[in-house]
Amino acid sequence: MNLLEVTNLSKQYGHDLLALQNISFSVQNGEFVAVIGPSGAGKSTLLRCINRMIDPTDGEVVFDGVQMSKLKKNELRMQRRKIGMIFQHYNLVSRLTVIENVLHGRLGYKSTFAGIVSHYGKDEKKQAFEIIEMLGLTEQVYKRCDQLSGGQKQRVGIARALIQNPRMMLCDEPIASLDPSASKVIMDYLRNISTKLGITCLVNLHQVDVALNYADRIIGVNKGKIVYDGPPNLTPEEVYMIYGSAAGDLIFDVGGQHAS
Amino acid sequence: MTLGDNMRVEALVKKRKYNVIFFAVLLILTLTSIVLTEFDAAKGITSIPRAIRWATSNFYPDIKSLEKIPRIWIKLRETIFLSIAATTMAAICAAFLALLGSKTTRVNRLLGAASRGISSIFRNIPLTAWALILLLSFGQSSLTGFFALFFFNFGFLARAFVDTIDEVSSDGVEALQAAGATYFQIIFQAVIPTCLPQMISWILFMIETNIRSATLIGILTGTGIGFIFELYYKSFQYHVASLVVIFIIISVLVIEFISNYVRRVIL
Repeated sequence: MNLLEVTNLSKQYGHDLLALQNISFSVQNGEFVAVIGPSGAGKSTLLRCINRMIDPTDGEVVFDGVQMSKLKKNELRMQRRKIGMIFQHYNLVSRLTVIENVLHGRLGYKSTFAGIVSHYGKDEKKQAFEIIEMLGLTEQVYKRCDQLSGGQKQRVGIARALIQNPRMMLCDEPIASLDPSASKVIMDYLRNISTKLGITCLVNLHQVDVALNYADRIIGVNKGKIVYDGPPNLTPEEVYMIYGSAAGDLIFDVGGQHAS
Repeated sequence: MTLGDNMRVEALVKKRKYNVIFFAVLLILTLTSIVLTEFDAAKGITSIPRAIRWATSNFYPDIKSLEKIPRIWIKLRETIFLSIAATTMAAICAAFLALLGSKTTRVNRLLGAASRGISSIFRNIPLTAWALILLLSFGQSSLTGFFALFFFNFGFLARAFVDTIDEVSSDGVEALQAAGATYFQIIFQAVIPTCLPQMISWILFMIETNIRSATLIGILTGTGIGFIFELYYKSFQYHVASLVVIFIIISVLVIEFISNYVRRVIL
């Protein structure tokens, strides 16, 4: 069975701006899917419609056998625990420490009161430290997040998502604000999470070469429509189809020397 | 010249024309207001030296006026505590209103618009107007001053807090929403930790402003430092009145110093 099933998804802003038009695709358990396309193509909107951070105008998302649009407020919270989310700007609470931010991923599993007073269980803390160690942040555990580098911040973001014990990760431009070496570290971690932990990853990417190197499958989006859905061996013509006239400005090489 | 150059020159000429028109209008406005208010500019300027001469010969504290320090101090203390109490109480109420009004934390659009409307009404009624309105119900008592400051601060701080919440905590809030956190978990784990320092900074700013405004409010409501200033001023005891002004200036400076220090530590 597919973990994620998206059918005829549409999102309209105001009267005439169609951000998404009749998007349909499905993702299998454990797949690593990259969504690529020019700026403003609707990649972020697509990702946020899946966990209903944005409510779609039309269409249906079925995640883990549950129709997302039918969920009431509390049921939606329960469902969101199974979906980790990674953001371009990390979205950490920067005045809090690394460990506090990581434990925020557990809030969905706690009573409101326990969450307010930061009362976390022993096993939750243990898991937090394990994940932090796995992501190489042990030395930073008690540092405030505004003292970290961009790459470290994004690793905290990944840790916070992982401690939810998610079935799927939604990554919205996870490396768009990072330098190349930090980008590689983050992408390697995401790839590992998918391969070793079997967590499905849906990653919005700006960098075509990165997408081609890391993903099992590419979904190309342009002007709110899927224009490519297939394996990561795109021809230059297909890249042109996704990026349209903007393709000429792209700096990338298809299956290029960056492949490791 | 090419077509492009032509257009640029035309734009420049147009811009200069607008500048000339703007200054001409400003000049006409100034002249008409002088004529309408019968304000004699020359007389105004020439009377400045006379004003200075009067101030230096009358408006300074002498030895005898120092006897009044205890009385001034009692009233000043009353004013300072009134300002602090009004600000902190207003801040607590404003924080709740701001949570409803902020785009990041509002419960729904309708409540959001209502809360922003309320805050706008409270802060757009000038402080003196509040004092005069409240005089009718509370009479000349410190309650009038307290509520005037309270209402104005409430509106002002609610607006400042809404901006603070939207500006600094929307990212963290989004992440916690995506993780399935409840509303109050998000408030306590993301909104408060990120916004608190800036909110405290706003509160300190308001306390400073309030001590200044409290002088005027005191004149209207017959309480606090404003009252004692008016009392001595109207009874021609200019030496004591000047001492009151000096005390106000010192207290504002001290509070500014303290709040700057606190700001440095928490931000």
